[in-house]
Amino acid sequence: MSETRFTDQHEWVRVDGDAATVGITRYATEQLGDVVFVELPAIGKTLLKGAEAAVVESVKAASEVYSPVGGTVTQVNDALNDDPSKVNGDPEGEGWFFKLKSPNTVDFSALMTPEQYADYVKGL
Amino acid sequence: MTMNNQGRPTAPGTIESNELPTISGDRGLDHEEKLIFELGRPGMSGVDMPQVQISETRLAGQRRRGPIGLPGLSEPEVVRHYVRLSRMNYAIDAGLYPLGSCTMKHNPRLNEKMARLPGFSDLHPLAPQSTTQGALALIAELMRWLTTLTGMPAVAMSPKAGAHGELCGMLTIRAAIEARGEKRLRVLVPESAHGTNPATATFAGFTVDEVKATPDGRVDVAALEAKLGPDVGALMLTNPNTCGLFERDIVRIADLVHKAGAYFYCDGANFNAIAGRVRPGDLGVDAMHINLHKTFSTPHGGGGPGAGPVVLSAALAPFAPLPLLLHDAKGFRLIEDRADLPAGAKPFGRMCAFHGQMGMFVRALAYMLSHGRDGVRQASEDAVLSANYILASLKDTMSAPFAGPCMHEALFDEHFLEGTGVSTLDFAKVMIDEGYHPMTVYFPLVVHGAMLIEPTESESKESLDRFIHVLRTIAQEAKAGKRERFEGAPRLAPRRRLDETAGARKPVLRWKPKDLPRAAE
Amino acid sequence: MRYLPLTPSDRTAMLAKIGARDIDALFCDVPKSAVVPLSAFDLPDTQGEMEVERALSRLADKNVAAGAGPFFCGAGAYRHHVPAAVDHLIQRSEFLTSYTPYQPEIAQGTLQYLFEFQTQVALLTGMEVANASLYDGSTATAEAVLMAQRITKRPKAIFSGGIHPHYAETTETIANLHGQVTRAPVMPGRVADLVSLIDEDTACVVVQSPDVFGLIRDLKPIADAAHAKGALLVAVVTEIVALGLIEPPGFQGADVVAAEGQSIGNGLNFGGPYVGLFATREKFLRQMPGRLCGETVDADGRRGFTLTLSTREQHIRREKATSNICTNSGLCALAFTIHLSLLGEEGYAKLARINHAKASSLADRLSKIKGVSLITPSFFNEFTLKLPKPAAAVVEELLGKGIVGGVPASRLLPDEPSARDLLIVAVTETNTDEDCTAFAKALAEVLS
Repeated sequence: MSETRFTDQHEWVRVDGDAATVGITRYATEQLGDVVFVELPAIGKTLLKGAEAAVVESVKAASEVYSPVGGTVTQVNDALNDDPSKVNGDPEGEGWFFKLKSPNTVDFSALMTPEQYADYVKGL
Repeated sequence: MTMNNQGRPTAPGTIESNELPTISGDRGLDHEEKLIFELGRPGMSGVDMPQVQISETRLAGQRRRGPIGLPGLSEPEVVRHYVRLSRMNYAIDAGLYPLGSCTMKHNPRLNEKMARLPGFSDLHPLAPQSTTQGALALIAELMRWLTTLTGMPAVAMSPKAGAHGELCGMLTIRAAIEARGEKRLRVLVPESAHGTNPATATFAGFTVDEVKATPDGRVDVAALEAKLGPDVGALMLTNPNTCGLFERDIVRIADLVHKAGAYFYCDGANFNAIAGRVRPGDLGVDAMHINLHKTFSTPHGGGGPGAGPVVLSAALAPFAPLPLLLHDAKGFRLIEDRADLPAGAKPFGRMCAFHGQMGMFVRALAYMLSHGRDGVRQASEDAVLSANYILASLKDTMSAPFAGPCMHEALFDEHFLEGTGVSTLDFAKVMIDEGYHPMTVYFPLVVHGAMLIEPTESESKESLDRFIHVLRTIAQEAKAGKRERFEGAPRLAPRRRLDETAGARKPVLRWKPKDLPRAAE
Repeated sequence: MRYLPLTPSDRTAMLAKIGARDIDALFCDVPKSAVVPLSAFDLPDTQGEMEVERALSRLADKNVAAGAGPFFCGAGAYRHHVPAAVDHLIQRSEFLTSYTPYQPEIAQGTLQYLFEFQTQVALLTGMEVANASLYDGSTATAEAVLMAQRITKRPKAIFSGGIHPHYAETTETIANLHGQVTRAPVMPGRVADLVSLIDEDTACVVVQSPDVFGLIRDLKPIADAAHAKGALLVAVVTEIVALGLIEPPGFQGADVVAAEGQSIGNGLNFGGPYVGLFATREKFLRQMPGRLCGETVDADGRRGFTLTLSTREQHIRREKATSNICTNSGLCALAFTIHLSLLGEEGYAKLARINHAKASSLADRLSKIKGVSLITPSFFNEFTLKLPKPAAAVVEELLGKGIVGGVPASRLLPDEPSARDLLIVAVTETNTDEDCTAFAKALAEVLS
C-alpha cells in the first residue's frame, strides 16, 4: 500500500514498504520549462533529509533537488539520459529520478499530504 | 473639380505577405550560407605556398598519418562565406544596443588603426626588453590613466577579461589575508550581483553568503553589518549596482567592512556612469576590475577578447600578480619572476602567460587620449542623462521598480505586462522585428522579468527619441491586448525563434565528416 | 567631442523632460564629498585624431618590430604570415562591434563561425568536442586541470618539466586552491619519469608537446599509465601549426587538450589578445568550461545555431559554475577560423612542412658552429641549442648585430642552472634563407 507525500520544495516521494521513489512535481516542471538534463545521484549514496540529491537543468536554469527523506540510493532513472522530456511529460510517473531503500519514516511523516500540497501550490 | 480617385494605389492597402518563394532560397540581400565544411574541394587552398619535401627523421615517429578533414577553398569563396555570415549579425555600428551592464558604446576606428601599428602588433612578448620600450611605456601610461581616474595607487594589468580581473582581485585579497596570518573564507555578495561574483569567489576558494537588498534596490546595510564577522574576508559590491542605482551608503559600507577586518571588492562593470566624476579610491574600495571593453570602448568582437585590469589599494598592492612593470633610470622593465622582485612585492602568482592584452591596451589608451579627462567626464554625464531620459519617458507606459534618478542604465520590470499574456521575452523578440537588439532581460534577478536598458553616451537624441517611441508603442499594444505582433516573434530576423531545448537535450557541437578520422580511445 | 552626439540644446531638452535642474541633480545619490572636479585629474584634455596618432606612433616607433630584421623568438608565441583577407574580414562592423550572441536570431553570423571554429579545433586536436575558445593557452591549461580535479574528484596534478613555465605558474596559482600541483624536474631535451609520480590521488598528468624546448613528446605511454591509475592526460600545445604535421594528442590518448591558437590568424601583439583552444571527450562535455555553440532548428525548421549548455556557466550556475569565465576570445577565434579556412587541408599541411623544413635546416647549420650543440633531437619548428656561454648574453650580442636570435631559456627559468646556456630558437615560414644565413654568421662571430 504505497503513499505519496510532498515537500515545499516541490519534490514528491512515494513510499512502498522499505522502498521509496523520488521525483519533482508537475508544478516544478511548469516553473522550470523544458528539462534538458538531469544529474542523478550515485548508486549506494546515503542521503539525509534535505541533502542535495540531484540537479535538474532546463535551458536557462539549473535547480537542485533535495532528498525529501533520509535513505540510501538503490536505483536511478537512466531513461532520463536519453529522454529528459519524460520529466515534463510524466513527472510523477515515468519522470521519476531515483529510488531509496530504508526511507526514514519520521522524515516522511513530516511531509505534506497530496491535499496539503495542492493547497500550498494554490497559495503560491 | 472632379477628383480622379480611380487609378493605381500609391500606398499598399493591406500588408501582403512577401512570401513568394524564391528559386534560390535567398531573398534579396539576405543570403543563406552553408557551413564551411559543406563547401570547398579537395586540393584547393586560399594561400599560395611552395611545395616542400621534408625528412621525417626529426619527428620522433609521429608524422601525422591520416587526413585532418578540413575543407579547401579559394580566397574569393572564403571572403564571400564570411561576408555573408557577417550580414546575419546585429552590431553597434548598425544600431542601438541597449544592453544593460554591457556598455555598448561606439568603437572608434582610430583605435583599430593604432593597435595595428607594426610597432605594437608585430612585437613578441619575449623579445629583448630593450626592443620593446615603447610598448612598456604605453602600458605605463595606461596604468597612469587607470590609477588617476580611479584614485587608486596601483593596478594589475595582466587579467584577460572582467571575470579574470575579478579573480585577480579576489586572489590579492586572499593573499593579503593569509599574509596577516588570518583565516577569513566567507565573502558577502548582494543578491542582485551578477553571476560572475559568486562564481569567482568560489573559484578563489571562498564560500559565498548573500546579503539582501532593501525595497529601494540597494544593499541592506543593517543586514550587511549583521553578517560581518572575523571570518569574513571581503564584500563584493557593484557600484553603481546592477539595478542601475548608486549605493548611497557606500562610504559607510566601506567603513564597516574595513572595521570588521575585511576588504572591499568593487565590480567595475558600471564604471561608465561615474568615470571622470567619482573615484572609487575615495569611496574606500580596495580592489576594482575595469572592463576595458565596456567603459573604454575596446570592441566586443562577438564575445571577446576583453581585458580586465584591476586597480588596487595600498593594502593590496604588494600582492599584485606577476609580471610587474618597473620604471627606473635604465628605462622600463618587466619583472616576470620572483628572482628579481622589488622590495615589498609579494605577488600571489601569475594570472596568465606573458603580460596582458596589449592589443586592448593600445585601443583603450587611444580612447582615453581622444576623450581626455573632460571627454571622459562628459561621456559619463551623457550616459547617465540618456538613461534618465529613457526612464522618464517610459516609466508611465512601462513599469520601473525603483524611482529615479538612475545612473547609466534604466531598469524596468514586467509588472506593466501583467494580464496581457505577453512576457518580457516576447517583448524583447518584438524589438528584434523593429530593428533593435533587445535590452538585457531577466537580469538582475531581484526583479521579475527585468528589462535593463543602457543606451550609453553614443546615441543622438533623435536615436533615443525613436527608440523611446518604438518601446512605448510596443508596450501600449501589449497592454491593449494586440497579440498579433507578439505571436511567434521575431518574424523578420534571419532566423525565427530557435529551439534551445532541442539544442540542449541532444547537443550537436560540431560538424562531423562521414568518416570521422580515428577517434580517441 | 567627435564621439559624443548630444548637443547642449539636446541636453537642456532632456533635462527638462526628466525634470532635473542640471546634470548634478542626476548624481544626487553620490556623496557630495565623493564628487571631484575635473582639475583633480592630472590628465590631458580632449585631443583630435591627428594628435593621438602622433603620440601613439611615437611610442610604436620606440619598438623594434619583429619584421624589422632576422627574428627567431618563439617560446609560446609564434610569428606567422596572416593573409590580408583575415584582418580585413574581422574588421567588418558586424563582427567587430557585435556582442555575445545571446539573441541568436540576430547573431547567426557569430554563432555559425563559432560552430565552424569548434569543429576545426576538434579536427586539429583529434578530439570529439571543443568549446568556443578560452582566453589563451595558459588559462586553458589551468581550466583543464580544474576540470580533471572535478571529474576524478582527486586533488593532484603532475606537471611535466617541459611545460612552458608561464603555463605552469598560471595553473599553480589557480589549481593549488583546489588541490596540489607537482612539477617534475626540468630536463631540457630529455624526458623525465612522470609515470612513477602517478598515484591514486592523481587527477591528471599534464604534458606539453612540442614542449617549451621544442621537443616532440610521445604521449601514448603517459596516457596509458595515467589511465591505468584512473587519472586523465591533459595535453598542452603552444604552437598549433605543429598539428599540421605531427599526430594530434587526441590520437595518443589525451583526455583534454589545452592549446594556444595564436599562430593561426592572430599576430604577436606583444602577448595578447590570444585564443585558448579547449577540446575533450564527449563523455566529459558537461564538465567543460567556457561557451559552447550548438546546432538546432528555428520555428520554420531551418538549421540555426545557438549558445547551449549554458547551465554550466556563471550567469546561471553562480557559485556552482564550472568556471567563472564570461568572455571567450571572440574575434581572435574568428581570425583563427578564417585563416584556417583559407589554408584548408592542403595549405595547413604545407605550412607545417615549410616550418619544419626551415627549422631543421637552420638547426643543422647552427649546430655545426664550434661549441654549439642541438639538445632537442626531435622538434617541429622550434629547437634548443646549448651554447658555450650564457644564452642571455649571446642574445644581447646578436641584437647588436641586428639579429633577434631566439629566447634564452633563462628568461623563463631564471632559477634553473641547466637553463643558463640554453637558447630556444623558433623558425617559421616568415624566416627567409637570408635571415637564416645572417643568423648563422652572426652566431659564429659572437661565439668565436
